[in-house]
Amino acid sequence: MSRKKRDRNERWSLSESVSALIPINENYDTMRSRNARTGVLFVLPFILGFLIFMLKPMIQSVWMSLNKVVLVPGQGYQLTWNNFENYKYAMGVDPYFNQYLVEEVGRMAVNAIATLVLAFVVAVILNQKFKGRTVARAIFFLPVILASGVLPGVESQLTYNMLQGVSDEIAAQSGINISGALQDLLMVSGVGSGVFDVLFQMIDAIYDIVMASGIQIIVFLSGLSAISPSLYEAADVEGCTAWEAFWKITFPMVSPLLLVNAIYTIIDFFMKNNNKVMEWINTQFTRTRYGESTAESWIYFGVALAFIGIASFIINRVVKQYDT
Amino acid sequence: MTLKAEALPRSDKRSANKKSGGYLFKSGVKRWTVSIVRGLLVFGLCFMIIQPMLTRFGTSLMQEKDLYDSTIVLLPRNVTLENYSIVFDLTNFPRSLINTAWTSLIVSILQVIACTLVGYGFARYEFPLKRFWFACVVLTIVVPPQTIATPLYMYFRYFDIFGIFKTFNGEPLNLLSNLTPYLLMSATCMGLKDGLYIYMLRQYFKGIPKSLEEAAYVDGCSTLRTFTTIMLPDALPTVLSCFLFSFVWQWTDLFYTRNFISKTMVVYSTELSSILTRMSRYFSQDAEKAIIVPPARQQQLVSIGVLICCIPLVILYIFTQRTFVESIAMSGSKE
Repeated sequence: MSRKKRDRNERWSLSESVSALIPINENYDTMRSRNARTGVLFVLPFILGFLIFMLKPMIQSVWMSLNKVVLVPGQGYQLTWNNFENYKYAMGVDPYFNQYLVEEVGRMAVNAIATLVLAFVVAVILNQKFKGRTVARAIFFLPVILASGVLPGVESQLTYNMLQGVSDEIAAQSGINISGALQDLLMVSGVGSGVFDVLFQMIDAIYDIVMASGIQIIVFLSGLSAISPSLYEAADVEGCTAWEAFWKITFPMVSPLLLVNAIYTIIDFFMKNNNKVMEWINTQFTRTRYGESTAESWIYFGVALAFIGIASFIINRVVKQYDT
Repeated sequence: MTLKAEALPRSDKRSANKKSGGYLFKSGVKRWTVSIVRGLLVFGLCFMIIQPMLTRFGTSLMQEKDLYDSTIVLLPRNVTLENYSIVFDLTNFPRSLINTAWTSLIVSILQVIACTLVGYGFARYEFPLKRFWFACVVLTIVVPPQTIATPLYMYFRYFDIFGIFKTFNGEPLNLLSNLTPYLLMSATCMGLKDGLYIYMLRQYFKGIPKSLEEAAYVDGCSTLRTFTTIMLPDALPTVLSCFLFSFVWQWTDLFYTRNFISKTMVVYSTELSSILTRMSRYFSQDAEKAIIVPPARQQQLVSIGVLICCIPLVILYIFTQRTFVESIAMSGSKE
């Protein structure tokens, strides 16, 4: 739908929008206001839920993060204003929060890029016709189940609990450190640098990355399967190589989905149970540091939002190049 | 389409190749290389996804001494089912899983009904502030539930509408002792990942041509009836896949479950998350002081817990994977 048309459809004058929502109103009982009423009825569950279970707690939670929270048995809690003390605590006093935040954000940046690339490559492969494609699709989507909710958390909790030596031993046995030998080799020959470190970090995290990319693969796959094969045929006839066809047809056609996927990946990563910041906030919560824990989670949310903003800005610019 | 030379007999193939100036041979080689590389990549990645499950299953059948024997890798030498009965004890097995099953079912049904209605409303009707409300839907996806956990908890712990309950009972209601809060939230699209389902369903409904409904309206069909008899059957695969998503994610969810369900009944995911602490207590029942359970043993028992959680879902997934994969593939494409 073009921009102009949408604007015309959605421009409601104030008096009209008020009258549209009044149940029986003989003066304004137009088709349009009747439609609006039906629409609002359909969306009503969400509006109610949002106001009661989302907006109200959100405002309260912001308020709480600005106050000292003391539990009063039998009546709830008592708030006293304390001049951003909770935020100061989170940024300056809390020994772990900053550290975990920086760590996780770094990991997220690397993993998110790797997830997007991997999901895209896998989706391109799964979109081709080959024997066993159905089985492969089914397996690649399995992580949506296997890496959800409590499941990854339990296992990571396990590795924290272990003595360091033992966990290293087990890591070596279960092959988590795949790239060790190669890394050593490159280090000796003097190639190892920051770039390689990041690369090896990605390779070592490949299991996590594959497990986190189920939904992204499906989203890309949906975009890929919507591309008409006749485009490729035409390109082939004109003498276009597969490489060129990929960059000139496949990539531009799928790039709008890149944004959706990037946002999903970032959110997914920020909200994982095995995320250290998340765990720390939960720990604070169980220690009845309610004010501090809400302040920390708002900082965390702010960081997540900033990342989503940056990602959408960059991707929008990339996508815009093709959007002509 | 590339030319295919396989169908020809060998001598014809050679002459055809010569005539094409080596094109057929080259394209054949290219095709083979591509499919070999692709095969390796797909197999490798698939193996990586499946392998932990297989290892878990293998170790789950081992006796404890097999764990420390480095000659035993995947297949147990001394097969035993005793580990399973230990984990059953640790996680309150049949009861907790049954509770998980029915709560997940109810919650996901409520979620999907609400989200379908809302998604349809967003896709088809124009009403004031529509874009604002849709932005709110996106907001619910983005805001981590942890940020609003405390106020929500307090809200339900001391539940009251304009102080009515306080005047009658002397104190506000404690709704956390039953399932009401979570059911209310699910029915109003505030459950686990509901924003995502609304988004998916809205995308799908937007893709259905409007003329279908218009025809129904012209024939005198009411709004609700059009929705139930014309739109819903069409959207059934997407609705079903949303249902499966919400069922699976609810099944393994820890956060909402811990806050809103585990207070009233034993649920599997919370049992699983605290399995480690309970493990040491379990093994030190007879002994005087707490025993540190050996890490390998810990890992084995946790793996079994994870397996028990996954197996029902994987079985469900095997039967429904087509709905899962194909319908999402359809809903996403209609931007």
